Amino acid sequence: MSTESPTARIARLEAHEFFRGLPAGLVRAAAGAAALRSYRVGEFLLREGRDAEEFIAVEQGKVALEVFAADRARLTVQTVGPGEVLGWSWLLSPHRWTLDAIASKPTQVVAVNAAVLRERLAAHPEEGYAFLLRLLPVLAGRLHGLRVQLLEADVL
Amino acid sequence: MSSERATSGGLPVGPAGPYAPVPYRVRSRTEETADIATLVLAPVDGAVTPSSAPGQFNMLYAFGIGEAAISISGAPDGALVHTVQALGATSRALFAAPPGSCVGVRGPYGNGWPLERAVGRDVVLAAGGLGLPPLRPLLYRLLAERERFGRIEVVYGARTPKSLVFYEEIQRWRARSDLRFQVTVDAAGRDWYGDVGVVTTRLPDARFDPANTVAFVCGPEVMMRFTAKALLERGVPAEAIFLSMERNMKCAVGFCGHCQFGPEFVCRDGPVLPYARIAPYLGVREL
Ligand SMILES: Cc1cc2nc3c(=O)[nH]c(=O)nc-3n(C[C@H](O)[C@H](O)[C@H](O)COP(=O)(O)OP(=O)(O)OC[C@H]3O[C@@H](n4cnc5c(N)ncnc54)[C@H](O)[C@@H]3O)c2cc1C
Ligand code: FES
Repeated sequence: MSTESPTARIARLEAHEFFRGLPAGLVRAAAGAAALRSYRVGEFLLREGRDAEEFIAVEQGKVALEVFAADRARLTVQTVGPGEVLGWSWLLSPHRWTLDAIASKPTQVVAVNAAVLRERLAAHPEEGYAFLLRLLPVLAGRLHGLRVQLLEADVL
Repeated sequence: MSSERATSGGLPVGPAGPYAPVPYRVRSRTEETADIATLVLAPVDGAVTPSSAPGQFNMLYAFGIGEAAISISGAPDGALVHTVQALGATSRALFAAPPGSCVGVRGPYGNGWPLERAVGRDVVLAAGGLGLPPLRPLLYRLLAERERFGRIEVVYGARTPKSLVFYEEIQRWRARSDLRFQVTVDAAGRDWYGDVGVVTTRLPDARFDPANTVAFVCGPEVMMRFTAKALLERGVPAEAIFLSMERNMKCAVGFCGHCQFGPEFVCRDGPVLPYARIAPYLGVREL
Protein backbone atom coordinates (compact mmCIF):
# COMPACT_ATOMS: atom_id res chain seq x y z
CA MET A 1 0.00 0.00 0.00
CA SER A 2 3.07 2.22 0.22
CA THR A 3 2.62 3.22 -3.42
CA GLU A 4 -0.95 4.33 -2.80
CA SER A 5 -1.76 7.89 -1.83
CA PRO A 6 -2.89 8.38 1.80
CA THR A 7 -6.38 9.22 0.51
CA ALA A 8 -6.55 5.99 -1.49
CA ARG A 9 -5.41 4.00 1.54
CA ILE A 10 -8.10 5.54 3.72
CA ALA A 11 -10.72 4.89 1.03
CA ARG A 12 -9.58 1.27 0.84
CA LEU A 13 -10.07 0.76 4.57
CA GLU A 14 -13.34 2.67 4.62
CA ALA A 15 -14.65 0.33 1.94
CA HIS A 16 -13.82 -2.72 4.05
CA GLU A 17 -16.83 -4.11 5.90
CA PHE A 18 -14.98 -4.20 9.24
CA PHE A 19 -13.80 -0.57 9.14
CA ARG A 20 -16.91 0.93 7.56
CA GLY A 21 -18.38 3.56 9.91
CA LEU A 22 -15.57 3.42 12.49
CA PRO A 23 -14.31 6.83 13.76
CA ALA A 24 -12.51 8.66 10.95
CA GLY A 25 -9.41 9.37 13.11
CA LEU A 26 -9.01 5.67 13.80
CA VAL A 27 -9.39 4.70 10.14
CA ARG A 28 -6.82 7.37 9.19
CA ALA A 29 -4.37 6.08 11.80
CA ALA A 30 -4.88 2.46 10.69
CA ALA A 31 -4.42 3.41 7.02
CA GLY A 32 -1.15 5.12 7.91
CA ALA A 33 0.17 1.85 9.37
CA ALA A 34 -1.25 -0.50 6.75
CA ALA A 35 0.31 -2.63 4.05
CA LEU A 36 -1.38 -4.44 1.19
CA ARG A 37 -0.34 -8.08 0.76
CA SER A 38 -1.20 -10.85 -1.67
CA TYR A 39 -0.97 -14.59 -1.11
CA ARG A 40 -1.03 -17.53 -3.48
CA VAL A 41 -3.07 -20.64 -2.73
CA GLY A 42 -1.30 -22.66 -0.03
CA GLU A 43 0.74 -19.74 1.33
CA PHE A 44 0.61 -19.11 5.08
CA LEU A 45 -0.64 -15.74 6.27
CA LEU A 46 0.21 -16.53 9.85
CA ARG A 47 1.52 -19.42 11.94
CA GLU A 48 0.48 -20.66 15.35
CA GLY A 49 2.86 -19.55 18.12
CA ARG A 50 4.42 -16.72 16.08
CA ASP A 51 4.18 -13.11 17.22
CA ALA A 52 0.89 -11.53 16.23
CA GLU A 53 2.26 -8.30 14.82
CA GLU A 54 -0.53 -7.37 12.44
CA PHE A 55 -4.26 -6.97 12.36
CA ILE A 56 -5.34 -8.56 9.10
CA ALA A 57 -8.48 -7.65 7.17
CA VAL A 58 -9.29 -9.81 4.14
CA GLU A 59 -10.15 -7.87 0.97
CA GLN A 60 -10.38 -10.68 -1.56
CA GLY A 61 -10.06 -14.45 -1.62
CA LYS A 62 -10.44 -17.00 1.12
CA VAL A 63 -8.34 -17.91 4.15
CA ALA A 64 -8.56 -21.22 6.01
CA LEU A 65 -7.96 -21.16 9.77
CA GLU A 66 -6.32 -24.42 10.74
CA VAL A 67 -5.60 -26.22 13.96
CA PHE A 68 -2.86 -28.76 14.19
CA ALA A 69 -2.46 -31.60 16.65
CA ALA A 70 0.61 -33.79 16.40
CA ASP A 71 -1.41 -37.00 16.22
CA ARG A 72 -3.97 -35.75 13.73
CA ALA A 73 -4.16 -34.28 10.28
CA ARG A 74 -4.47 -30.53 9.94
CA LEU A 75 -8.05 -29.46 10.36
CA THR A 76 -9.66 -26.35 8.94
CA VAL A 77 -12.08 -25.06 11.53
CA GLN A 78 -13.27 -21.92 9.75
CA THR A 79 -12.81 -20.02 6.54
CA VAL A 80 -12.65 -16.24 6.40
CA GLY A 81 -13.55 -14.25 3.33
CA PRO A 82 -13.80 -10.68 1.98
CA GLY A 83 -14.97 -8.17 4.57
CA GLU A 84 -13.84 -10.36 7.47
CA VAL A 85 -10.81 -10.20 9.77
CA LEU A 86 -8.33 -12.74 11.11
CA GLY A 87 -8.65 -13.01 14.84
CA TRP A 88 -7.76 -11.02 17.90
CA SER A 89 -4.48 -12.50 19.17
CA TRP A 90 -2.67 -9.30 18.12
CA LEU A 91 -4.74 -7.39 20.70
CA LEU A 92 -4.38 -9.74 23.68
CA SER A 93 -1.18 -10.37 25.52
CA PRO A 94 1.09 -12.29 24.85
CA HIS A 95 0.29 -11.34 21.21
CA ARG A 96 0.84 -14.78 19.68
CA TRP A 97 -1.26 -16.43 17.02
CA THR A 98 -3.20 -19.47 18.23
CA LEU A 99 -4.05 -20.81 14.75
CA ASP A 100 -2.48 -21.22 11.36
CA ALA A 101 -4.01 -19.24 8.51
CA ILE A 102 -3.46 -20.36 4.95
CA ALA A 103 -4.79 -18.97 1.65
CA SER A 104 -7.23 -21.41 0.07
CA LYS A 105 -7.85 -19.01 -2.84
CA PRO A 106 -5.64 -16.23 -4.21
CA THR A 107 -6.00 -13.72 -1.41
CA GLN A 108 -5.44 -10.03 -0.84
CA VAL A 109 -5.40 -8.52 2.63
CA VAL A 110 -4.77 -5.23 4.35
CA ALA A 111 -2.35 -5.80 7.24
CA VAL A 112 -2.27 -3.06 9.89
CA ASN A 113 0.73 -2.80 12.21
CA ALA A 114 -0.61 -4.17 15.50
CA ALA A 115 1.62 -2.10 17.81
CA VAL A 116 0.48 1.15 16.18
CA LEU A 117 -3.15 0.05 16.34
CA ARG A 118 -2.91 -1.01 20.00
CA GLU A 119 -1.35 2.31 20.96
CA ARG A 120 -4.00 4.24 19.08
CA LEU A 121 -6.83 2.27 20.71
CA ALA A 122 -5.33 2.71 24.19
CA ALA A 123 -4.78 6.44 23.70
CA HIS A 124 -8.30 7.07 22.36
CA PRO A 125 -10.68 5.04 24.54
CA GLU A 126 -13.77 6.07 22.54
CA GLU A 127 -12.20 4.74 19.38
CA GLY A 128 -11.04 1.69 21.33
CA TYR A 129 -14.59 1.04 22.48
CA ALA A 130 -16.01 1.41 18.96
CA PHE A 131 -13.31 -0.92 17.65
CA LEU A 132 -14.02 -3.55 20.32
CA LEU A 133 -17.72 -3.42 19.50
CA ARG A 134 -16.70 -4.39 15.94
CA LEU A 135 -14.31 -7.08 17.03
CA LEU A 136 -16.49 -8.76 19.65
CA PRO A 137 -19.04 -10.09 17.13
CA VAL A 138 -16.15 -11.83 15.35
CA LEU A 139 -15.28 -13.57 18.61
CA ALA A 140 -18.95 -14.20 19.40
CA GLY A 141 -19.42 -15.70 15.92
CA ARG A 142 -16.60 -18.19 16.48
CA LEU A 143 -18.01 -19.14 19.90
CA HIS A 144 -21.47 -19.51 18.43
CA GLY A 145 -20.17 -21.85 15.74
CA LEU A 146 -18.46 -23.98 18.35
CA ARG A 147 -21.60 -24.08 20.47
CA VAL A 148 -23.72 -25.26 17.55
CA GLN A 149 -21.16 -27.94 16.74
CA LEU A 150 -21.07 -29.13 20.36
CA LEU A 151 -24.85 -29.27 20.62
CA GLU A 152 -25.19 -31.05 17.28
CA ALA A 153 -22.57 -33.57 18.36
CA ASP A 154 -24.78 -34.29 21.40
CA VAL A 155 -21.83 -34.26 23.79
CA LEU A 156 -23.49 -32.05 26.40
CA MET B 1 -48.60 -53.65 -16.79
CA SER B 2 -49.20 -50.55 -14.81
CA SER B 3 -52.43 -49.85 -12.92
CA GLU B 4 -53.58 -46.95 -10.69
CA ARG B 5 -53.61 -48.07 -7.10
CA ALA B 6 -56.83 -47.54 -5.13
CA THR B 7 -56.56 -44.80 -2.52
CA SER B 8 -58.30 -44.18 0.77
CA GLY B 9 -58.45 -40.56 1.87
CA GLY B 10 -55.40 -39.89 -0.32
CA LEU B 11 -53.47 -42.82 1.16
CA PRO B 12 -52.34 -45.70 -1.02
CA VAL B 13 -54.11 -48.92 -0.23
CA GLY B 14 -52.03 -52.05 0.10
CA PRO B 15 -53.40 -55.57 -0.15
CA ALA B 16 -53.88 -55.70 3.63
CA GLY B 17 -55.57 -52.30 4.11
CA PRO B 18 -54.77 -48.60 4.02
CA TYR B 19 -51.99 -48.59 6.65
CA ALA B 20 -50.23 -51.76 5.61
CA PRO B 21 -46.99 -51.29 3.71
CA VAL B 22 -47.02 -51.79 -0.05
CA PRO B 23 -44.08 -53.85 -1.33
CA TYR B 24 -41.57 -51.91 -3.44
CA ARG B 25 -38.45 -53.18 -5.11
CA VAL B 26 -35.12 -51.39 -4.86
CA ARG B 27 -34.29 -50.45 -8.47
CA SER B 28 -30.99 -48.83 -7.69
CA ARG B 29 -28.84 -47.89 -4.73
CA THR B 30 -26.23 -45.14 -4.62
CA GLU B 31 -23.89 -44.76 -1.69
CA GLU B 32 -23.71 -41.05 -0.96
CA THR B 33 -21.35 -41.41 2.02
CA ALA B 34 -20.08 -44.25 4.21
CA ASP B 35 -23.44 -44.41 6.03
CA ILE B 36 -25.95 -42.69 3.73
CA ALA B 37 -27.50 -44.30 0.64
CA THR B 38 -30.09 -43.15 -1.89
CA LEU B 39 -32.58 -45.79 -2.99
CA VAL B 40 -34.78 -45.61 -6.07
CA LEU B 41 -37.92 -47.70 -5.51
CA ALA B 42 -40.69 -49.04 -7.75
CA PRO B 43 -43.89 -50.86 -6.75
CA VAL B 44 -43.45 -54.63 -7.06
CA ASP B 45 -46.89 -54.96 -8.71
CA GLY B 46 -46.04 -52.44 -11.43
CA ALA B 47 -48.59 -49.90 -10.13
CA VAL B 48 -48.02 -46.17 -10.49
CA THR B 49 -46.07 -44.59 -7.63
CA PRO B 50 -48.40 -42.16 -5.85
CA SER B 51 -47.35 -38.57 -6.47
CA SER B 52 -46.17 -36.56 -3.51
CA ALA B 53 -45.61 -32.97 -2.47
CA PRO B 54 -42.09 -31.72 -1.72
CA GLY B 55 -41.38 -32.22 2.00
CA GLN B 56 -43.63 -35.26 2.48
CA PHE B 57 -42.34 -38.55 3.85
CA ASN B 58 -43.08 -42.25 3.68
CA MET B 59 -42.90 -44.92 6.33
CA LEU B 60 -40.36 -47.42 5.01
CA TYR B 61 -40.55 -50.94 6.35
CA ALA B 62 -37.49 -53.15 6.50
CA PHE B 63 -39.25 -56.51 6.50
CA GLY B 64 -38.99 -58.30 9.82
CA ILE B 65 -37.08 -55.42 11.43
CA GLY B 66 -39.16 -52.26 11.67
CA GLU B 67 -40.43 -49.05 10.17
CA ALA B 68 -38.85 -45.61 9.91
CA ALA B 69 -40.10 -42.26 8.64
CA ILE B 70 -37.99 -41.29 5.62
CA SER B 71 -38.46 -38.14 3.54
CA ILE B 72 -39.03 -38.32 -0.18
CA SER B 73 -35.86 -36.99 -1.78
CA GLY B 74 -36.60 -37.30 -5.50
CA ALA B 75 -38.64 -35.30 -8.00
CA PRO B 76 -42.31 -35.07 -6.93
CA ASP B 77 -43.63 -36.77 -10.07
CA GLY B 78 -40.74 -39.09 -10.79
CA ALA B 79 -39.71 -42.43 -9.35
CA LEU B 80 -39.83 -42.83 -5.59
CA VAL B 81 -36.46 -41.82 -4.14
CA HIS B 82 -35.36 -41.98 -0.51
CA THR B 83 -32.05 -41.12 1.13
CA VAL B 84 -31.37 -43.07 4.30
CA GLN B 85 -28.72 -42.76 6.98
CA ALA B 86 -27.80 -45.94 8.87
CA LEU B 87 -28.39 -45.22 12.56
CA GLY B 88 -30.43 -47.97 14.26
CA ALA B 89 -31.48 -51.46 13.18
CA THR B 90 -34.21 -50.33 10.75
CA SER B 91 -32.31 -47.57 9.04
CA ARG B 92 -29.21 -49.77 8.83
CA ALA B 93 -31.24 -52.44 7.00
CA LEU B 94 -32.75 -49.83 4.64
CA PHE B 95 -29.35 -48.29 3.99
CA ALA B 96 -27.97 -51.69 3.06
CA ALA B 97 -30.96 -52.82 0.92
CA PRO B 98 -29.41 -54.07 -2.34
CA PRO B 99 -30.96 -53.57 -5.80
CA GLY B 100 -33.64 -56.22 -6.33
CA SER B 101 -34.55 -56.48 -2.65
CA CYS B 102 -37.96 -55.45 -1.29
CA VAL B 103 -38.99 -52.81 1.22
CA GLY B 104 -42.48 -51.87 2.40
CA VAL B 105 -43.77 -48.38 1.75
CA ARG B 106 -46.76 -46.56 3.16
CA GLY B 107 -47.48 -42.93 2.53
CA PRO B 108 -46.91 -40.27 1.43
CA TYR B 109 -47.66 -38.54 4.70
CA GLY B 110 -47.34 -35.05 6.10
CA ASN B 111 -48.04 -31.62 4.74
CA GLY B 112 -44.89 -30.73 2.80
CA TRP B 113 -43.33 -27.32 2.19
CA PRO B 114 -45.82 -24.47 1.59
CA LEU B 115 -44.46 -23.66 -1.87
CA GLU B 116 -47.24 -21.21 -2.72
CA ARG B 117 -46.08 -18.93 0.09
CA ALA B 118 -42.88 -18.40 -1.88
CA VAL B 119 -44.46 -17.21 -5.14
CA GLY B 120 -43.15 -13.76 -6.06
CA ARG B 121 -40.67 -13.79 -3.19
CA ASP B 122 -37.02 -14.54 -2.58
CA VAL B 123 -36.51 -18.06 -1.30
CA VAL B 124 -33.90 -19.27 1.17
CA LEU B 125 -33.30 -23.00 1.62
CA ALA B 126 -31.09 -23.87 4.59
CA ALA B 127 -30.09 -27.49 5.03
CA GLY B 128 -27.97 -29.15 7.68
CA GLY B 129 -26.68 -32.70 7.16
CA LEU B 130 -29.52 -34.99 6.15
CA GLY B 131 -31.76 -31.93 5.88
CA LEU B 132 -30.90 -31.62 2.19
CA PRO B 133 -32.84 -34.71 0.96
CA PRO B 134 -36.26 -33.36 2.09
CA LEU B 135 -35.42 -30.00 0.49
CA ARG B 136 -34.31 -31.47 -2.85
CA PRO B 137 -37.86 -32.07 -4.21
CA LEU B 138 -38.65 -28.46 -3.31
CA LEU B 139 -35.57 -27.22 -5.15
CA TYR B 140 -36.57 -29.25 -8.23
CA ARG B 141 -39.99 -27.61 -8.12
CA LEU B 142 -38.59 -24.10 -7.62
CA LEU B 143 -36.26 -24.57 -10.59
CA ALA B 144 -39.00 -26.10 -12.76
CA GLU B 145 -41.12 -22.99 -12.19
CA ARG B 146 -38.18 -20.62 -11.87
CA GLU B 147 -39.92 -17.46 -13.15
CA ARG B 148 -42.51 -17.59 -10.34
CA PHE B 149 -39.90 -16.87 -7.66
CA GLY B 150 -37.37 -14.18 -6.83
CA ARG B 151 -33.81 -15.04 -5.85
CA ILE B 152 -33.08 -18.57 -4.74
CA GLU B 153 -30.38 -18.94 -2.10
CA VAL B 154 -29.41 -22.37 -0.83
CA VAL B 155 -27.06 -22.85 2.11
CA TYR B 156 -26.07 -26.43 2.84
CA GLY B 157 -23.86 -27.47 5.73
CA ALA B 158 -22.43 -30.86 6.63
CA ARG B 159 -19.97 -32.14 9.23
CA THR B 160 -17.11 -32.81 6.82
CA PRO B 161 -16.63 -32.90 3.03
CA LYS B 162 -17.05 -36.69 3.21
CA SER B 163 -20.53 -36.34 4.67
CA LEU B 164 -21.93 -34.22 1.82
CA VAL B 165 -24.79 -35.90 -0.08
CA PHE B 166 -25.73 -35.38 -3.78
CA TYR B 167 -22.19 -34.18 -4.46
CA GLU B 168 -22.30 -34.33 -8.29
CA GLU B 169 -25.68 -32.67 -8.46
CA ILE B 170 -24.52 -29.89 -6.14
CA GLN B 171 -21.73 -29.09 -8.61
CA ARG B 172 -24.39 -28.69 -11.35
CA TRP B 173 -26.54 -26.49 -9.11
CA ARG B 174 -23.52 -24.37 -8.23
CA ALA B 175 -22.83 -23.83 -11.93
CA ARG B 176 -26.30 -22.36 -12.53
CA SER B 177 -26.74 -18.62 -12.72
CA ASP B 178 -30.38 -18.55 -11.57
CA LEU B 179 -29.59 -19.97 -8.16
CA ARG B 180 -26.91 -19.46 -5.53
CA PHE B 181 -25.83 -22.64 -3.76
CA GLN B 182 -23.37 -22.27 -0.89
CA VAL B 183 -21.80 -25.30 0.72
CA THR B 184 -20.02 -25.25 4.06
CA VAL B 185 -18.61 -27.92 6.37
CA ASP B 186 -17.86 -27.86 10.09
CA ALA B 187 -14.27 -29.03 9.65
CA ALA B 188 -12.08 -30.11 6.74
CA GLY B 189 -8.62 -31.18 5.70
CA ARG B 190 -6.31 -29.49 3.17
CA ASP B 191 -8.07 -31.16 0.24
CA TRP B 192 -11.17 -29.01 0.77
CA TYR B 193 -11.12 -25.59 -0.88
CA GLY B 194 -14.66 -24.62 0.08
CA ASP B 195 -16.06 -22.78 3.08
CA VAL B 196 -15.70 -24.02 6.64
CA GLY B 197 -18.08 -22.92 9.40
CA VAL B 198 -21.61 -23.71 10.56
CA VAL B 199 -24.57 -22.90 8.26
CA THR B 200 -25.31 -19.61 10.01
CA THR B 201 -21.84 -18.28 9.07
CA ARG B 202 -22.88 -18.41 5.38
CA LEU B 203 -26.19 -16.60 5.84
CA PRO B 204 -24.76 -13.07 5.92
CA ASP B 205 -23.46 -13.78 2.40
CA ALA B 206 -26.86 -14.86 1.11
CA ARG B 207 -28.55 -12.19 -1.00
CA PHE B 208 -32.25 -11.77 -0.38
CA ASP B 209 -34.73 -9.09 0.55
CA PRO B 210 -35.61 -10.12 4.13
CA ALA B 211 -39.07 -8.57 4.21
CA ASN B 212 -39.98 -10.36 1.00
CA THR B 213 -38.40 -13.74 1.69
CA VAL B 214 -39.68 -17.17 2.59
CA ALA B 215 -37.22 -19.55 4.25
CA PHE B 216 -37.39 -23.33 4.34
CA VAL B 217 -35.10 -24.95 6.89
CA CYS B 218 -34.30 -28.59 7.56
CA GLY B 219 -31.58 -30.17 9.67
CA PRO B 220 -30.69 -31.04 13.24
CA GLU B 221 -32.95 -29.16 15.66
CA VAL B 222 -30.10 -27.05 17.03
CA MET B 223 -29.11 -25.98 13.53
CA MET B 224 -32.73 -25.08 12.71
CA ARG B 225 -33.11 -23.07 15.90
CA PHE B 226 -30.00 -20.99 15.26
CA THR B 227 -30.74 -20.62 11.56
CA ALA B 228 -34.23 -19.34 12.33
CA LYS B 229 -32.74 -16.88 14.82
CA ALA B 230 -30.22 -15.63 12.27
CA LEU B 231 -32.98 -15.22 9.67
CA LEU B 232 -35.12 -13.28 12.17
CA GLU B 233 -32.14 -11.04 12.91
CA ARG B 234 -31.79 -10.37 9.18
CA GLY B 235 -35.44 -9.25 9.19
CA VAL B 236 -37.25 -12.30 7.80
CA PRO B 237 -40.67 -12.43 9.52
CA ALA B 238 -41.25 -15.43 11.85
CA GLU B 239 -44.35 -16.37 9.80
CA ALA B 240 -42.18 -16.73 6.70
CA ILE B 241 -39.77 -19.26 8.25
CA PHE B 242 -40.71 -22.94 7.97
CA LEU B 243 -38.93 -25.81 9.69
CA SER B 244 -39.26 -29.53 8.98
CA MET B 245 -39.44 -31.23 12.36
CA GLU B 246 -38.33 -34.73 13.24
CA ARG B 247 -39.99 -36.80 15.92
CA ASN B 248 -40.18 -40.53 16.52
CA MET B 249 -43.11 -41.94 14.60
CA LYS B 250 -45.23 -45.03 14.86
CA CYS B 251 -48.60 -44.72 13.10
CA ALA B 252 -47.74 -41.62 10.99
CA VAL B 253 -51.44 -40.84 10.61
CA GLY B 254 -52.26 -38.90 13.76
CA PHE B 255 -53.57 -41.76 15.96
CA CYS B 256 -50.89 -42.80 18.41
CA GLY B 257 -49.50 -39.49 19.66
CA HIS B 258 -45.90 -40.70 19.43
CA CYS B 259 -44.79 -37.72 17.41
CA GLN B 260 -46.32 -35.03 19.59
CA PHE B 261 -44.44 -31.73 19.59
CA GLY B 262 -46.17 -29.13 21.76
CA PRO B 263 -49.77 -29.08 20.56
CA GLU B 264 -48.85 -30.51 17.13
CA PHE B 265 -48.59 -34.04 15.85
CA VAL B 266 -45.59 -33.90 13.53
CA CYS B 267 -46.95 -36.66 11.25
CA ARG B 268 -50.32 -34.99 10.74
CA ASP B 269 -49.76 -31.24 11.27
CA GLY B 270 -46.18 -31.33 9.98
CA PRO B 271 -43.47 -32.26 9.42
CA VAL B 272 -43.23 -28.71 8.07
CA LEU B 273 -44.28 -26.22 10.73
CA PRO B 274 -44.09 -22.42 10.78
CA TYR B 275 -41.46 -21.10 13.15
CA ALA B 276 -43.93 -18.56 14.52
CA ARG B 277 -46.09 -21.41 15.82
CA ILE B 278 -43.43 -23.72 17.21
CA ALA B 279 -40.81 -21.30 18.55
CA PRO B 280 -41.97 -21.71 22.19
CA TYR B 281 -41.38 -25.45 21.96
CA LEU B 282 -37.94 -25.11 20.41
CA GLY B 283 -36.53 -23.80 23.68
CA VAL B 284 -36.65 -20.25 22.30
CA ARG B 285 -37.72 -17.97 25.09
CA GLU B 286 -38.44 -14.85 23.11
CA LEU B 287 -39.93 -14.21 19.72
C1 LIG C 1 -40.59 -36.63 9.05
C2 LIG C 1 -39.31 -37.37 9.17
C3 LIG C 1 -38.49 -37.48 8.05
C4 LIG C 1 -37.29 -38.19 8.14
N1 LIG C 1 -36.52 -38.29 7.02
C5 LIG C 1 -35.41 -39.04 7.06
C6 LIG C 1 -34.64 -39.25 5.88
O1 LIG C 1 -34.96 -38.75 4.80
N2 LIG C 1 -33.55 -40.02 5.97
C7 LIG C 1 -33.16 -40.62 7.16
O2 LIG C 1 -32.16 -41.33 7.18
N3 LIG C 1 -33.84 -40.40 8.29
C8 LIG C 1 -34.96 -39.65 8.27
N4 LIG C 1 -35.69 -39.47 9.41
C9 LIG C 1 -35.17 -40.03 10.67
C10 LIG C 1 -35.48 -41.46 10.75
O3 LIG C 1 -36.86 -41.69 10.80
C11 LIG C 1 -34.83 -42.02 12.02
O4 LIG C 1 -33.46 -41.78 12.02
C12 LIG C 1 -35.08 -43.47 12.02
O5 LIG C 1 -36.34 -43.62 12.58
C13 LIG C 1 -34.07 -44.25 12.76
O6 LIG C 1 -34.68 -45.48 12.94
P1 LIG C 1 -33.90 -46.73 13.46
O7 LIG C 1 -34.93 -47.69 13.93
O8 LIG C 1 -32.93 -47.17 12.43
O9 LIG C 1 -33.06 -46.17 14.65
P2 LIG C 1 -33.48 -46.10 16.16
O10 LIG C 1 -33.49 -47.45 16.73
O11 LIG C 1 -34.70 -45.26 16.31
O12 LIG C 1 -32.23 -45.33 16.70
C14 LIG C 1 -30.99 -45.98 16.73
C15 LIG C 1 -29.95 -45.14 17.38
O13 LIG C 1 -29.68 -44.00 16.59
C16 LIG C 1 -29.89 -42.85 17.34
N5 LIG C 1 -30.51 -41.90 16.47
C17 LIG C 1 -31.74 -41.98 15.96
N6 LIG C 1 -31.99 -40.92 15.18
C18 LIG C 1 -30.87 -40.16 15.22
C19 LIG C 1 -30.50 -38.95 14.62
N7 LIG C 1 -31.33 -38.31 13.79
N8 LIG C 1 -29.25 -38.46 14.85
C20 LIG C 1 -28.40 -39.11 15.68
N9 LIG C 1 -28.71 -40.27 16.26
C21 LIG C 1 -29.92 -40.78 16.06
C22 LIG C 1 -30.78 -43.23 18.48
O14 LIG C 1 -30.59 -42.41 19.61
C23 LIG C 1 -30.39 -44.65 18.74
O15 LIG C 1 -29.28 -44.71 19.58
C24 LIG C 1 -36.89 -38.77 9.36
C25 LIG C 1 -37.70 -38.63 10.49
C26 LIG C 1 -38.90 -37.95 10.39
C27 LIG C 1 -39.76 -37.84 11.59
S1 FES D 1 -46.87 -40.99 14.63
FE1 FES D 1 -48.75 -41.55 15.54
S2 FES D 1 -49.65 -39.63 15.87
FE2 FES D 1 -47.90 -39.13 14.72
